Amino acid sequence: MKFLEEFGRYINFLKRVFAKPEKHSVFVKHFFNEAVLLGTNSIGIVLIIAVFMGAVITLQTAYNIEMPFIPKYTIGLAARDSILLEFSSSIVGLILAGKVGSSIASEIGTMRVTEQIDAIEIMGINSAGFLVLPKVMAFMIMMPFLVLLSMGVGITGGWLAGSLTGVVPSADYIYGIQYAFIPFYITYSLIKSVVFAFLISTISSYQGYFVKGGSLEVGKSSTKAVVTSCILILLFNLLLTQLMLA
Amino acid sequence: MIEVQNVEKSFYGKQILHDVSATFKAGQTNLIIGQSGHGKTVLLKSMVGLHEIDSGKIIYGDQVFSEMNFKEQKSIRKEIGMLFQGSALFDSSTVQENVMFPLDMFSKMSKEEKLERVNFCLKRVNLENVNHLFPSEISGGMQKRVAIARAIALNPKYLFCDEPNSGLDPKTSIVIDNLIYEITKEYGITTIINTHDMNSVMGIGEQIIFIHEGKKCWEGTKEEIFTASEERLNNFVFASELFKTIKNNLK
Repeated sequence: MKFLEEFGRYINFLKRVFAKPEKHSVFVKHFFNEAVLLGTNSIGIVLIIAVFMGAVITLQTAYNIEMPFIPKYTIGLAARDSILLEFSSSIVGLILAGKVGSSIASEIGTMRVTEQIDAIEIMGINSAGFLVLPKVMAFMIMMPFLVLLSMGVGITGGWLAGSLTGVVPSADYIYGIQYAFIPFYITYSLIKSVVFAFLISTISSYQGYFVKGGSLEVGKSSTKAVVTSCILILLFNLLLTQLMLA
Repeated sequence: MIEVQNVEKSFYGKQILHDVSATFKAGQTNLIIGQSGHGKTVLLKSMVGLHEIDSGKIIYGDQVFSEMNFKEQKSIRKEIGMLFQGSALFDSSTVQENVMFPLDMFSKMSKEEKLERVNFCLKRVNLENVNHLFPSEISGGMQKRVAIARAIALNPKYLFCDEPNSGLDPKTSIVIDNLIYEITKEYGITTIINTHDMNSVMGIGEQIIFIHEGKKCWEGTKEEIFTASEERLNNFVFASELFKTIKNNLK
């Protein structure tokens, strides 16, 4: 029963979020600010995660394929497909649920408990739309770029690890990442990233927007935002995979 | 003028406001006084539409605000300025951006005109050369003054102040009180102030309403407070030794 109540409130919240912006010029300004805050400022962590993720996938694949009749280029192929299909979108999604999700929930939650949202509302401005829409739109546009970046860097990380440790020759790895390439895998991953961005930004905003109390509750809402986003990312990952790849 | 008619409000089955009626006149400082937790802020927030009332009416001029939806209320809301207890300035914006916010949202002024208006409002609250500072870089009293500047940026007809002196030293409190009083007179604003600060009551209270346990128990002027026979009001107003002595001396 509580779940239905919460879900209904979330849907009503979304209706307010996706209302027509109060002033177009202000929305555009906020949109670009959020694109920098949520997108550009996440490049660093995405790069670090991607390079290590690619390296580990390559090494693990190499150590598990030790049979002489399996060609070495299979390591590159497996690393590429793992990164494109799963790791780039899902792992980056989960990491950003922590970084971006907690930041959104705590920012909006703090605005709620310090009456900044009331101050906006009193002026007759739809505070949900004003505060949340630029974040949602900016993150949904920036996240696919972050995922694309992580794909490139992840595959490069795999090549570096494979070459430096000598587990896979450079030529074999490069041949492997080009072998039997299916471009749809990238589309699939990008579609997932847009859905994950929507989930992270709306759930975190929702958790922050309805905070009651003080700083302790803001912290709790931030944690709840991250946990809920992560669970839903995993659930939607399963659903989208079944829908798009089955 | 704002009229509150038979307003009732409850939260989770607990009634907070009981049949409250009052009239707040334009061009004067109307004070709502009472103990903490007795419904002052709920009344104030109900009047500005932050809480939906259970029954009764809230009327701005001749428009029934409480019966309008959010969109219909917009025209009235643009005429409302509010000073919050904790100032409610936007942390991530500078002083200038905070004061410019309502102008950005609702005016068609050019950037230069907006800047001119911001500087005028900041000068009016005796603040200069703070435009590029963030709220965290200025004192509590200065934050209140910035909040007043933001509230008057659009020339409001109604000004609501929720405990404007909370957290301020007595001297700064007087500065803020005087500022609110002067602005009220200067622009003929209907000002409603929520307070339990008796210095404010005696300093700028022109029309005073006393709320006790969600009910309006008394209404009058600051001069009438000293002769009021309402026991609950006397217990509240003359709770401190200082005010008891003043009352006894007046007798």
